[in-house]
Amino acid sequence: MHVGSLRPVVSNPGSLVPLHRQLGLTDDELEAVVVLLGREPSHLELAMFAVMWSEHCSYKSSSIHLKRFPTEAPWVLVGPGEGAGVVDVGDGLAVAVRIESHNHPSAIEPYQGAATGVGGIIRDIFSMGARPIALLDPLRFGPLDDPRNRFLLEGVVSGISGYGNAVGVPTVGGEAVFDPCYSGNPIVNVMCVGVIATDDLVLARADGIGNLAVLLGSGTGRDGIGGASVLASAGFDDQTDEKRPSVQVGDPFEEKRLIEACLDLVSAGLVVGVQDLGAAGISCAASETAAKAGNGMDVDIARVHRREPGMNAVEVMTSESQERMLAIVRPRDLAAVLARCARHEVVASVIGRVTNTGRFRVYDGLFDAETSPGQPIAVPLADVPAGSLGDGPSYQRPLREPAGHRAHLEQDPRPTLEERFPVPTELTLELLGLLASPTIADKSWIWSQYDHQLFLNTVVGPGGDATVLRLKDHGVGPVKALAISTDGSGRFCRLDPRTGGRLSVMEAARNVACAGARPLALVNCMNFGNPEHPEVMWQFSESVDGMSEACRALGLPVIGGNVSFYNESHGADIDPTPVVGVLGLIETFDGRPPGTAVEPGQRVFLLGTTAGELGGSEWAAVMHGLTGGRPPHADLEAAAALHTLVSALVAERVVDAVHDCSDGGLAVALAEMSIAGGVGMSVELGASADLACLVPATALFSESASRVLVAIGDTGVTDDTGDGADGDGSHTRAGNDNGARREGAVEELRRRAGAAGVPIAEVARAGGDRFTVRTGATAHDHVGSVVVDVSVAEITAVHRESIPHLMAASVVR
Amino acid sequence: MTARVGVVVFPGTNCEHDAAYAVRLLGGDADLVWHRSTDLTGFDAVILPGGFAHGDYLRTGAIARFSPVMDAVGRFAHAGGPVVGICNGFQILCEAGLLPGALQKNAGLKFLCQTVALRVETTSTVLTRGATVGQVLQIPINHFEGSYVCDARTLSALRDDDRVVVRYVDNPNGSIDSIAGICNDARNVVGLMPHPERAVEDVLGSSDGAVLLGSLLVAAASSAPVSVVSSPVRP
Repeated sequence: MHVGSLRPVVSNPGSLVPLHRQLGLTDDELEAVVVLLGREPSHLELAMFAVMWSEHCSYKSSSIHLKRFPTEAPWVLVGPGEGAGVVDVGDGLAVAVRIESHNHPSAIEPYQGAATGVGGIIRDIFSMGARPIALLDPLRFGPLDDPRNRFLLEGVVSGISGYGNAVGVPTVGGEAVFDPCYSGNPIVNVMCVGVIATDDLVLARADGIGNLAVLLGSGTGRDGIGGASVLASAGFDDQTDEKRPSVQVGDPFEEKRLIEACLDLVSAGLVVGVQDLGAAGISCAASETAAKAGNGMDVDIARVHRREPGMNAVEVMTSESQERMLAIVRPRDLAAVLARCARHEVVASVIGRVTNTGRFRVYDGLFDAETSPGQPIAVPLADVPAGSLGDGPSYQRPLREPAGHRAHLEQDPRPTLEERFPVPTELTLELLGLLASPTIADKSWIWSQYDHQLFLNTVVGPGGDATVLRLKDHGVGPVKALAISTDGSGRFCRLDPRTGGRLSVMEAARNVACAGARPLALVNCMNFGNPEHPEVMWQFSESVDGMSEACRALGLPVIGGNVSFYNESHGADIDPTPVVGVLGLIETFDGRPPGTAVEPGQRVFLLGTTAGELGGSEWAAVMHGLTGGRPPHADLEAAAALHTLVSALVAERVVDAVHDCSDGGLAVALAEMSIAGGVGMSVELGASADLACLVPATALFSESASRVLVAIGDTGVTDDTGDGADGDGSHTRAGNDNGARREGAVEELRRRAGAAGVPIAEVARAGGDRFTVRTGATAHDHVGSVVVDVSVAEITAVHRESIPHLMAASVVR
Repeated sequence: MTARVGVVVFPGTNCEHDAAYAVRLLGGDADLVWHRSTDLTGFDAVILPGGFAHGDYLRTGAIARFSPVMDAVGRFAHAGGPVVGICNGFQILCEAGLLPGALQKNAGLKFLCQTVALRVETTSTVLTRGATVGQVLQIPINHFEGSYVCDARTLSALRDDDRVVVRYVDNPNGSIDSIAGICNDARNVVGLMPHPERAVEDVLGSSDGAVLLGSLLVAAASSAPVSVVSSPVRP
């Protein structure tokens, strides 16, 4: 073998560092390769093992932990390990979901990093044969007063917008959280949802000896070489800029053509299997499809259509050029496949053949040699067991609880804050500060740059508790809808990763319940620091356990996930940030569910219990820099009862408005309902026993979990049977039944909450143009005190203008 | 008679299914027409829907105008057939010379996806015959390059000839004279940046787009079969 003829991929020719280490393999891993092959690997083999056994591709540090997630439910058609997880939603229809991270490329080159993240996740969905119908983008950045963070936010949002809008998949939701720990290392996760007829489901398997591997899409170039191994499997330091060439460049137009071509091939029954080319490029796609089917594959790199001349075998096999797919095709269907690709203006080349050898072999000129008599028989450049590349090492890395962790838990911010804000301190400025905090502030600066309406499915778009998408022209039977939410709290996870993991799952499931949906499945994106730090692995393991506990309690199978390690810069790990996406189903879609907005006269009720839980809260940590304490208690039984109750109340339209209570606590949730409705609210803390016994500031800003606000119209005050003056279309219900129904509704709400064992208290009434909070009467204060008094116009302006105002300042690369 | 609408699909177009859905919801027939087609015989109206034809890496619509179907669209328009370009379709009609002016990047240099208020300025076009002058419609926009520009003489002509079809009530993108949509001299070719097909059901937030697309279907159903013999029409 001509080892010396191939240039090293990531090289420093004068370096004394051995090649395998330059490529990212440890000495032990090299030894394992030698034992596996029974000889020294060729350069190409070494390069392929290095990229396939990288942390990013092999999950070598995480796989032993990920096994603890519950993954099964009767409606799960495809669980973790395939391109996407798939659930059956009935009537012959299935939904495919996947989430992935593009943190590292986005930190280096935010536009292309985010754009190619979108492209990659979309390919995972249509490689299953599903039509991608929605994207959601959970994002984390450092504070926006830093120009570098503004540059990253601007670039990432532009990249998502530029790619997602052009490729024609609407971006319908996500979240954005700002915390100093993400300053050097933003989190850019992207989730994609697709729809498919259950019978059309395609897996990434190279079945059928003699079948052909057809490469579709973009030419293979030198971009993204080593993306998985060099970039995604190491942290950032002062040499970070040198990694820019490892970031790929996206072409949404090529991807759009590829979507249409692939879905056309699938629906015509012309493909046996499909896999997208992502990390590790052809090496991964070709070897994995063969291994999954228990077969071998011969690849001829001479047939790979390329973007530039002079590429060597290592470059061709490990390039991460975007917008490429590998289809497994029966020889008799090849002509039809090529014809359809030509119609869609997609380039297609036969680059390989399924064999019965069980070996993954790479040649340069195999097919030419076969068809030209007299040519010497081609010699493989690589010849390895097909399963060996995908069957990388698995490490039980050491775990260690971080030093000082327990002491940190005991630093409850509550006593300090209650001393600073005794009864009855004016709290209006505190509320305004929270509403302006970028994590809480209105995010329309971000999502108005995304096409969130394409396909005419978006019933509730970005900005609500959960996105609601109807599935208007799919399947038979009644129209269904999906409710989707992504959530994750790094701050709670840093304080206590097990509880934080539970809380992240609970919040996403709660948001889906607020849309009246039944939670069906969960995908997760585990964003963590350096796995070689035992403290990070401890955080990881604890988070997995917490999330698993919550998933079991809430009946949520984990159908897919992604792990992103090495999120660190200059030696500092990010907070452990597991992000979850929960998919819920509305079996029969009958109009837009109640939203966040309240209307004059509505009575607002709090479901759930409030305790004095300020640890990790936005108020304590962001407004007052008190980062210690314990996260809120994560009672899974209470969560399950609340979700079932809320989902039913919304689905049956017992309530007229609903809103999850989370970041910023009760005060922020109520203010958001007020802002959404453009109507004032009078909040009475004395009306609820658990609120009344807390210091007002604590009652307002505690982030106790499992709480939801609901509102019901009241007779005598509101009258939406109306005179037709209301022409703005904001009413979603015909109001001709409101009279007796409303009275009955409050009683029914109380009765249902009682039956479910969920505490309920009436906390506010909507009306007027001011947002006020009055405390309960005390021994010293017989009428209570007004602690917040602000106009709706002011809270609205603060909430809406915060991010645009911050982003108006300059950016710095 | 049910109007039969051809919805033109370029590689990179992405609103074709939405446009066809809206047409069908409003009682018309819709068929997708691939950009290599050279024959629009049998259609009563043509929609050029939104998206990113040929990727729009060059100036928007600059490549699409050379797609084979555009000759057929030109002939259809010159023969008096109703043609509506929505968003990218409007950009393509301008590039093809079927409408005057051009669309530039938004004043804020950001992509904008939001519902805006549009004021109907004339009812004497194929897209607004069912509306009333001054009627305000809630219709989404979804574009990066939607700021309409033209020279002063064209602007005067558009105003003098009552060819500004819809204006933004609150100009979101810096368009000259708040112009959101215009028509040609013969008033059978209309281009607009907002997406009426995204506003045909209350459950999605607005059904005001039905006024516009409903007008198109009426115009299509009542127009004489389009002759292939062309008569010169000033853009």
